[in-house]
This record gives sequence, structure tokens and C-alpha cells, in this order.
Amino acid sequence: MVPLWMYLLVAAGLFSIGMYGVLARRNAIAILMSIELMLNAANINLVAFWRYNQPAQVGGQVFAAFVFVVAAAEVAVGLALIINIYRQRRSVVADDVDLLKW
Amino acid sequence: MFEVPSLSDLNVGATLPVTLLALGACVLLVVDLFIPRERKSITAWLTAIGIGVSLVFSLLSLSGAVEFGSGELAFSDMYRADRLTDTINVAALITALLGVMVAYDYLERTRLQRGEYYILLMFSAAGAMLMGAANDLVIVFIALELLSIPLYILSGFRRPQEASEESAMKYFLLGAFASGFLIYGIALIYGATGTTNLPEVWDAVAGVVAEDSAAKFLVMIGAGLVLAGLGFKVAAVPFHMWTPDVYQGAPTPVVAYMSVAAKIGGFAALVRVFGMGLSTFVLESGAPAAWQDTIWLVAVLTMLLGNVVAIVQSDLKRLLAYSTIAHAGYILIAVAAAGTAGLEDTAAQAVVIYLIAYAFTNAGAFAVITAMEKDDASNTSLDALRGLASRCPWLAAAMAVFMLSLTGIPLTAGFVGKWFVFKVALQADLVAAAVVGVLTSAVSAYYYLRVVWMMYFEEGEGDAATPPALAWAIGVAAVGTLVLGALPYLLSDMAREITLAFGG
Amino acid sequence: MTVNEWIFVGLFLALAWLLPATPIILAKFLAPKRPNPIKQQVYECGVETTGNTWVQFRAQYYIYALVFLLFDVEIVFLFPWALAYNKLGLFALFEVVVFIVLLVVALLYTWRKRALEWSS
Repeated sequence: MVPLWMYLLVAAGLFSIGMYGVLARRNAIAILMSIELMLNAANINLVAFWRYNQPAQVGGQVFAAFVFVVAAAEVAVGLALIINIYRQRRSVVADDVDLLKW
Repeated sequence: MFEVPSLSDLNVGATLPVTLLALGACVLLVVDLFIPRERKSITAWLTAIGIGVSLVFSLLSLSGAVEFGSGELAFSDMYRADRLTDTINVAALITALLGVMVAYDYLERTRLQRGEYYILLMFSAAGAMLMGAANDLVIVFIALELLSIPLYILSGFRRPQEASEESAMKYFLLGAFASGFLIYGIALIYGATGTTNLPEVWDAVAGVVAEDSAAKFLVMIGAGLVLAGLGFKVAAVPFHMWTPDVYQGAPTPVVAYMSVAAKIGGFAALVRVFGMGLSTFVLESGAPAAWQDTIWLVAVLTMLLGNVVAIVQSDLKRLLAYSTIAHAGYILIAVAAAGTAGLEDTAAQAVVIYLIAYAFTNAGAFAVITAMEKDDASNTSLDALRGLASRCPWLAAAMAVFMLSLTGIPLTAGFVGKWFVFKVALQADLVAAAVVGVLTSAVSAYYYLRVVWMMYFEEGEGDAATPPALAWAIGVAAVGTLVLGALPYLLSDMAREITLAFGG
Repeated sequence: MTVNEWIFVGLFLALAWLLPATPIILAKFLAPKRPNPIKQQVYECGVETTGNTWVQFRAQYYIYALVFLLFDVEIVFLFPWALAYNKLGLFALFEVVVFIVLLVVALLYTWRKRALEWSS
């Protein structure tokens, strides 16, 4: 069987890619996608830990399902906000979201 | 291996305040659809009634007059209805009520009057309450989102005004980023301990530390990421960058509400996760919990940055935004103190006392700005304060009370909060943090008192309009600030019985 | 997994690239190239295109998509319940009813807000 650390490595990689994307991309949609990557990295962790450490309980799996739904809610709100700004300005370049790049 | 719970396991009674509020919000969502646009005052009233009912239940539960439900735990150990829950409920509900009162006239005159505003506010208040009641990391996460997502929308409520929409996008992108950290941290803690239930985490972390296994590092990184995620919510340095921009761009009544509600929720969750769940994360026996140093360092940075940068601000909303950052620092000292064994309860009490004092003061201060603000969102600069006292003596007096309370002058609520925080810091041997706290408070006096000075002793065009609901909100907040300051035992009695159950 | 099993993964990977790549490359060499204006047009289900093809989609589409997304994701809670239905009994049924009632509230809201109508 694939050892646990491999899953953790994939998850950590995904998380880092997501973090890089948030910090480096200027397009709001791309940032949103990067955030999704981060959430899914956490999901991989949750499910892998569940499968390897306590397959008899459902905790990790259920948590992952909650993360899905919360992520979907976040995307819905985020896209709505971005569409709103787009209608106004015809651009979704998040030039003003460079707060973290100081 | 898995038992199907029954209805009595849910113990719905114990969760009555928050369940009623959430249910009320759902019902109101439907009712509001059938209320015509020009009569949204009905929605506002219904919201106020809903929050009021929930507040009455919380107060009954807090005073111990009525015992709702059986026992502390509800929803299969997910929800903990203890003293901390009750006090956080009261704080969140008072803030929500003030938020509705401050918003009503503002929405009317800016033609934003929509039912969704009040419903979103109710949902986010429910989120803040749930964070205080979390007995499981799952609830911490979901409650955080329930608190934040409505706040993202509310910050962008004033469309098509660009500043508001921009602040909403900023807040959303950075907020979602932070929740990514939080959930990753929770996943690591889950991996190390095999559970998300806080009492079980508490137990398992002790085992992990005793074994000295690699899982220790998972807990460490996990705790750091959770701190980052929650630190963002409460605007602690270095996760504070969004605060001034969002608070400046968002509609002022929203800021009055969210600057307090997000802090209540965030600090409640910090106390639950660190004071309760991770209080056993002690790497050397006899030493305080391993996260204590990090948190008090963050607290020191937060106080320094918030207070120093606030000095040079020329916009009142921005100034108060930096002031909220500074106050997050003060409360963080108390959270750090919870890392010393035996002080968890005292620290949690200090956090709650500070939060309640801060709720009245800060919501009140932003309510005054709402009164000053013109319909086009202008007139919030410091210059607009000049001569306010001669035209609106009562409003200026209330603002003076809020500023004195934020400074921490005795006989105001702010002083009581700071007193308890610094006291617990000294008990926990966090002398450096306490000293920085006192010194930065002295620095903060400069910019808070400048506001008072400008209102009273400088000539200018300062003017404001206070329609009834807003006047009531400011009045309630000012009276609350003074009463809690003059009678400090009200707060300390309320908080005295807060215990973190198994933390001590 | 042993090394042998990894070889299969590699084989499938190669095959997955090869199968779609082959016809594309073959067509490049074999197919006759006689372009005319009609052939150059953007393909839209065989109907002649009217106007610019790169138009913006109506915002209505996004609202549809968002509503769909939210309701779609809720399946994640219903599916496990449906799988374990026989063992869970009345209590879980009650829970799911509560859950669906909440969804109905949301649907009612979208409907009254005219998010489900095309013309607006």
C-alpha cells in the first residue's frame, strides 16, 4: 500500500502551490482557484489520516464533506462579488489585493 | 462501532439561544420575501425581536434561572453549553442588536433598505455564538465560515459603490485564504491526535507530548496554522493588512457590527482551541504551553503596530480600524496567559470581560461615525470632527465617552477590560507583554484624546444627524460603557464562573 | 504497490497519451487542406453563426450556475445517508427532512427573487 507520508507530501505540495498562487496571481478568479487548491489539500490530509489512522470512525470523512460544502458556499459568494466588480469595471485584476505582498 | 444518536442525545434545549436565532433567520428569509420594499422596517423589527428573544434566553441561562436542556453537551458532543458559551452569546447578541439599530436609518437614507441585510446579520451572529460554543474543531471551522461569509456580503452591500465592493472582494479573498490555513491546521491536528473533539484532543495531545513522537510536530504546525487562521479573523499582526482597507470601504454600520462580532467569534474560538483543546501541549514539564510565547509575541507586535500606525491616520474610520487591531493585541495577551497551567479560567474570564466592554465601546464609536457620515460616504475624516460639540453636544459627549473607554480611563468599561487582562498577564509572568500593553495604552491616549480635543476645542463645521434608532443605539452603548465602568463587579460577577471544564 | 504494478500505470499513461495523439498527427499529414471562408467559421452546432462569436455570456448564466452549484453540493450530505438508510432509522430520516426543508427555504428564496426566470 502507498504509505501515508506520500499523501501528506501531495497535500503539502498542493497547499504550497495554492499559497503561491494566492500570493503571486493578480487575477481574482485565479486567486479563488488557488484558495480552492489549499482547501482540497486539507481534504486530502483529512481523508488520508482517516484512512490510515482510524478507518473505523467516520470523523475525517465527514469533515472532508463539510469542507466541500463550505468551499462551495465560499465560491458562490466569491464569484458573485467578483462578477459584481466586473460589471462595474470590466476587469477582475485584483490590483488592490496586493496587501500580502508587502 | 457506530451508534445512531437519538433525539434526546441532541439536547436541543441547551442550544436554544443559537438555534432560535438561526431558525428565526431562516423563517425571516421567507417572510421577508412577502414584505414590500417600502416597508422593510417590519423586517428590521422582526430581526430585533428575534435577537431580543435569543438574548432573553441567553440571559436566563446565564443567570441560572432556567436550566435549558440536560447537561452541558449537545449535538453529540459537538456543542458545549457552559458559562463561556452563555457570556459569548450575550456579547454577540448585544452587538447584533446594536448593529441592527445603527444600520436601520443608514440603509434608509442610502436607499439600501433590503431585508437581506438583517438576515445576514442574524446568521453571522449565530456564527459568532457557535464559535463560543464549539466543542469540536469541525464546529470551529463551520462557525467561522457562518460568521465570515455573511460579513463578506455585508461589506459589499453598498453597491454599486466601488469602495464597498472592493473592500468586500479584499475581505473575501484574504478571508478565504485564511480559512485555508485554518482547515489545513485542523487537518494536521486531526492527524496527530486522531480526533477533532476538543476534550479528546486535549487528552490525546498530552499523550503525543509524553510519547515524544513525530506527531508532536504535526500538532505544532497545526497549532500555528490554526493561530494564523483565527488571527486573521481578529486582525492580529501579521494578518491585519486587510483591516484598514476593509473597514474604510465597507458601509459604516457594517463595520460597527463586524469589528466587534468578528472579534467576539475569533477570540471565543481561540480560547476554546488553545485554552481548552491544546492547553496540554506542554513540551517541558512545568513550563507553560508551547504556544504561549508565540501568542504573546504576536500580541506585542499587534499592540505596537496598531497603536503606532493609528497616530498618523487622518480618516476616522481608518484610525478606528488600527485601534481595533491594537485592541486585538490586548485581548491576545489574555489568550497567551491561558497557556500557563491553572490560569486558563482566569484568562478566559479576562477575554470575555474585555470583549463585552469592547462591544459597547467600539460599536458605539462606529455608530457615531455613522451619524456623521453623509449619504455619499464622505465626511468621515478627522477634520469633520471639528466643532461637533457645539452643534451636537450629546453626540460629542457620547463619542468622548467611547474614546476615553478605548483609551482605558478609569470609570469606563475599557478600563475594566484592560485591568483584568493586565492582571492575568502578570499572574502568568508575561511581564513584558503587560508592560508593552500599558505603554501602548499611554500612546493610544494621544490619538483618542485628539478626537475629543477636536470635537470640543476646535472650530469647524462638524455636524451629524441622529435619527431615533441610531440615537438609541449610541445612547445604549454610551450608558453601557459608563455603567460597566462604574460598576465593574457587573462584569466580573458575570464572568467569574467561567471555567474551561477540563482545562484546569 | 510493487514495481510490476507501477509498470502498468506507466503503460496506461503512455497509452492515454498515444490514443488521442495518433489521429491528430495522422490527420495533419493525411488530410487534404483546402480552406474556404465557410470552413474557417467557428463551429456552432452546424448553424451559421450570427454576429460575433466571442460574446459575453449573460450574467443570468452565472446566477444559474451558482444556484446549481450550491444545490448540487448538498448531495454530499444526502448520499451517505441514502447509502446507510436501512441502518439509520427514523432519527436520521428526521434529520434529513430538516436538512431538505432548509434547502426548500433557499429554493423559495431564489424563486421569489426571480433568479430562476430567464427574462429580467
